[in-house]
Amino acid sequence: MTSQANSKGHTLADLVQHDRVHTSLYTDPAIFETEMDKVFANTWVWVAHTSEIPEAGSYKTGYIGRQPVVTVRDRKQQVHVLLNRCRHRAATVCEGHKGKTNSFVCPYHGWSYSLDGALRGVPSPESYGDLLDKADYPLVKLRVEEYAGMIFATFKDDIEPLVDFLGPAKKWMDLFMKQGGGFPIKVGGEHRFRFPGNWKIQLENTTDAYHFPLVHKSFLSSVDKQTEEMLDFVEGPGFVEDLGNGHSVMVMIPDLVDLEANLEAPIPERFAALAEELRADYPEDQVRRIVRAVGGSGFNLNIFPNIACSMAFFRVLRPVSVTETEIHHAVITMDGGPEAGNRARLRMHEHFQGPMGFGTPDDSEAWERVQKGSNAGTDQWILLNRGLAKEQETADGRRSDVSAETGMRAAYRQWKKLMTA
Amino acid sequence: MNIELLNQASAFISQEADMLDHGEYPEWLALWEEKGLYIVPINPDETDFANTLNYACDDAKMRKLRVARLGSGESISTSPAPRTIRSVSRFRVLADDGKTVTVRCAQNLREFRKEIQKHYTANLTYTLVRDGDSFRIQQKVVRLLNSSDALQCIGYIP
Ligand code: FES
Ligand SMILES: [Fe+2]
Repeated sequence: MTSQANSKGHTLADLVQHDRVHTSLYTDPAIFETEMDKVFANTWVWVAHTSEIPEAGSYKTGYIGRQPVVTVRDRKQQVHVLLNRCRHRAATVCEGHKGKTNSFVCPYHGWSYSLDGALRGVPSPESYGDLLDKADYPLVKLRVEEYAGMIFATFKDDIEPLVDFLGPAKKWMDLFMKQGGGFPIKVGGEHRFRFPGNWKIQLENTTDAYHFPLVHKSFLSSVDKQTEEMLDFVEGPGFVEDLGNGHSVMVMIPDLVDLEANLEAPIPERFAALAEELRADYPEDQVRRIVRAVGGSGFNLNIFPNIACSMAFFRVLRPVSVTETEIHHAVITMDGGPEAGNRARLRMHEHFQGPMGFGTPDDSEAWERVQKGSNAGTDQWILLNRGLAKEQETADGRRSDVSAETGMRAAYRQWKKLMTA
Repeated sequence: MNIELLNQASAFISQEADMLDHGEYPEWLALWEEKGLYIVPINPDETDFANTLNYACDDAKMRKLRVARLGSGESISTSPAPRTIRSVSRFRVLADDGKTVTVRCAQNLREFRKEIQKHYTANLTYTLVRDGDSFRIQQKVVRLLNSSDALQCIGYIP
């Protein structure tokens, strides 16, 4: 349905306007099918953080759109993203979420592949005579590039280099990685959950400050006064900036953009005990750096289409169907850093995130309600004009206030570009 | 087999289950040792809860906050509150050192909220401290059958 009109007379291009998108973007199965090809199989998609595959043979399974893939590190430390599909008759060659292996052996008839995907062994090959040249049947390999430890893959061989695709988002990624507090950052586990709604509802949410005081009221009631004041940012000095190519950043707490700045500022009350504990092992300047990093960044960076660097964790989305989405919230820890600091990170993550957190379930409920409400009306629109009045051009794109829908407009502009290409 | 101990422990755990199903949270909070931990791990084989990510790892303060949130009316995912009915069975005493008793049992929990019924099955492991002819909870670990899968949100205390 790329160029022809749907039953309401809208073409795909009409469905995204500068200040609104059509509700069918959440509800139309045909649009979802098109997205799998035109978005997910047609741009850079995040697959893993480098710490998730630390050694030769480490792998992580996942999806690009609905296609199962394996991200694996080979013996020469090279990272490959392979379609998780045997070249014989399609069985997946790797199951389980993460692990370590020497090779991929298909369970059906035993074809075996090396870590770089090359077909190594075919049991009882005589029956093929000279019809099967193993060199012709490696696991299908995607193009892979990495920036700041973030591994992306793409089906589109002639796409621009990853660094060009990321553009101004790169400097925000660099800032975000400072939450290692001087140590390399490491994914320390993740919460995975599903909600009955379209993936773009979650994509929008990472750049939606507007909902925070309302949806997260019960979370705000559970934190100390100082934290509550810090999170009272909707009318504050923060901003949202469109960074091009669908990416955007939402700065909620400007003071926490650079975690290596302002180290002489007083340590927040909630970290006083942690700081005291760290002083036994670290000099004061390092204590301050670690404590500040433990608190997390003051911004959410949305990288189109499926990954966000969100305050203190990675948010990954996976479209399952037009009305179902899987979310992973991966906690970030300091690799080789103090256990006490990492424990603080883990407890903070549990406090807000995941199916039993004090924050995520309320987000999930709101998104579910968006999907449900989207069934009402036959030709209705989703409004995205908040903050448009004061939006200004910047060197990197355009910027408006912290609760502006600028980031959503950025994402939908890219969506439209890909869907109508 | 110490049937008397088994009876005591299962009576205590059944009572706890009944409190949670009926929203008797102040009574539930009073069952705990001050240093007790309520844990819902992600990996069912995990033992180092402090240094790994869990779904919940609540000390006394977090248990109180969790209870307060459920009753606050401030959270759209818990108002209306889900209704739950859980049954606990298959009790087994794993260890008893005279002071603390470790008990494992099965929990079948059905949840209903807003047109949808869900089913969560779990292994529960309790570390109970003897307290007169009853117990106090030192640790409760809820190992959900599907804990390593992508879950739906859980707006109650499993
Ligand atoms: S499908 Fe893999 S060996 Fe036959
Ligand atoms: Fe939220």
